[in-house]
Amino acid sequence: MRREGSPWQGLGTVVLKELADNLSSARMRVLEWLVVLTAVAALYGAIGQLREQTAEDPFLLLRLFTAAPAPLPSFVSILGFLVPLMAIGLGFDAINGEYSRRTLSRLLAQPIYRDALMAGKFLAGLTTLAISLTCMWLLVLGLALLFLGVPPSGEEIARSLVFLIVAVIYGGVWLALAMLLSVIFRSPATAALVALGIWLLLTLIWPMLAPALAGIIAPADPRYAALGLPTPQTMEWQQMLARLSPNDLFGEAMLAVLSPSTRALGAVFLEQLQGAILGSPLPLGQSLLIAWPQIVALAALTVMLFVAAYVVFQRQEVRA
Amino acid sequence: MTDTTVIGAQRLTKRYGAATVVDAIDFAVHKGETFGLLGPNGSGKTTTILMMLGLTERSGGSVDVLGYDPMRAPLSVKRRVGYLPDSIGFYDNLTARENLAYTARLMGIGAAERPRRIDAALSRVQLEEVADKRVGTFSRGMRQRLGLAEIIMKQAEIAILDEPTSGLDPQATVEFLDLIRQLQREGVTVLLSSHQLDQVQRVCDRVALFRKGRIVLMGAVRDLARSILGAGFVVEVEAEGAGLDRRFAAMPGVSAVATVAPGRYRLTADRDVRPEAARAVVAANGALTRLSVDEPSLEAIYTRYFAGATASKEGVSDAA
Repeated sequence: MRREGSPWQGLGTVVLKELADNLSSARMRVLEWLVVLTAVAALYGAIGQLREQTAEDPFLLLRLFTAAPAPLPSFVSILGFLVPLMAIGLGFDAINGEYSRRTLSRLLAQPIYRDALMAGKFLAGLTTLAISLTCMWLLVLGLALLFLGVPPSGEEIARSLVFLIVAVIYGGVWLALAMLLSVIFRSPATAALVALGIWLLLTLIWPMLAPALAGIIAPADPRYAALGLPTPQTMEWQQMLARLSPNDLFGEAMLAVLSPSTRALGAVFLEQLQGAILGSPLPLGQSLLIAWPQIVALAALTVMLFVAAYVVFQRQEVRA
Repeated sequence: MTDTTVIGAQRLTKRYGAATVVDAIDFAVHKGETFGLLGPNGSGKTTTILMMLGLTERSGGSVDVLGYDPMRAPLSVKRRVGYLPDSIGFYDNLTARENLAYTARLMGIGAAERPRRIDAALSRVQLEEVADKRVGTFSRGMRQRLGLAEIIMKQAEIAILDEPTSGLDPQATVEFLDLIRQLQREGVTVLLSSHQLDQVQRVCDRVALFRKGRIVLMGAVRDLARSILGAGFVVEVEAEGAGLDRRFAAMPGVSAVATVAPGRYRLTADRDVRPEAARAVVAANGALTRLSVDEPSLEAIYTRYFAGATASKEGVSDAA
């Protein structure tokens, strides 16, 4: 049985309306200030540190993103925290907000499918995220030019562009999760709380839990311990478990892309390093290859969560 | 009323798990008529409406709206049918005009035509002066009228109004019913659900009484009165004269005469017998001081029917 007409009818209208709502809303103001302040704070420390270092580093600009000045975390890890917050802020009341405003049945009585509403809201949220992240990216580049006075090379620009795209995909994961929760829970407050709970679990608690769980699943081998080495099985488990968190995937992908000397993510055996010139940067294509599984996993996670939200929404009663 | 059916339902059924909310109902609405769905809250009226719009999947039976199946061709149905949900909501941060503009775009009204249709609809419901005010400041009556403006803007062939007057003050109710009558005059088929019987009676050509998911009575109010109340009209006469009660009782169509007080009589009849009553008083050389008639009220039919239905099924069939 085929549905009549296109499922995307009205999509553009929904996207434009939601985008206008997002950009003019009070929560966007808050997010903007959060973006600007964290960018400036993280960069200020990083720039101070970089000035003291040698200017011979060929990837000075990229160091800006990854340098962690003593009390502050690096810019990338701050983003790892901030992007989910922004995405949750944009998505937690996407559908249940329409319920509580009692606009949903009126909208769905117009000649559009639910697909258009759902996809429109997601695309609008993603566009909003992309706009603010691009602003942040430009801000960082501008500040770097001002304070460091070194023009970025083409490869640096390309790598930081990849960083921008991956950050948007990473935001997509959390946006899709927030929308799924906004479909499941009728109250926006509940959806927001659950989303924040999941965010706390995955970004703060999970990195601490993963080694403990790995130790239980694959206990440390005393022979390795006697040599003061970690057990490879435990390491593998730990990494696999840690990768369940999108935060970890994002961190790993960023490590590969922004630190060109990264040759592998996770444990490396000595024989794998044969012939490698340690510390020498990889070309962009090779770095991308290393980060590719993580990037694909993030994109797949976004799609899965969106599909889940979509399926639940299609089956839901429109009556409030 | 013509014999063109615009909405037809055959054994339409909706089940949620074990609970049957709408139980194999049949009804037909003809072009240009005003059809009322009556019944207490939770008797299946809104579910029936949602099934007609394709917003809820039916569990059995069939429904046909303007020749389309709302489940197979929801867009065609929703393009031609306007829906005013109960407790309608708008985007409070947008103005009345912006709210309508959004739905107009979703309806696919062209950009050139949009402002004209929006203005025309707003002035029809007397909201042109507040068109650029935020809907957040609107009263319930104004929101309800704005919802009707949406249907007018859509140029819908069928207007489905769910509890349109609930929660309105008497003045707003009268104004709203006037707007519904205007729609009627333009040839729009109106389907109205309500539990406020007197209002339904004022605008509806035919009604269907819902009870526990079934239509228990259907037809024009006057016909229902005749079949349920036995005789639908109560004429009160105040007159002085000898032997009036016998004269009244002898009039054709009068089924009972009660002497309420000296010189006050209550006649139960199957039609309006005021002329005959007046003639009888004059013929008896009496002095007529007051003559009034109670129209058959839906309220009376409703109470009588449900009281009868719960007390004994026999009584109802006798009356019918």
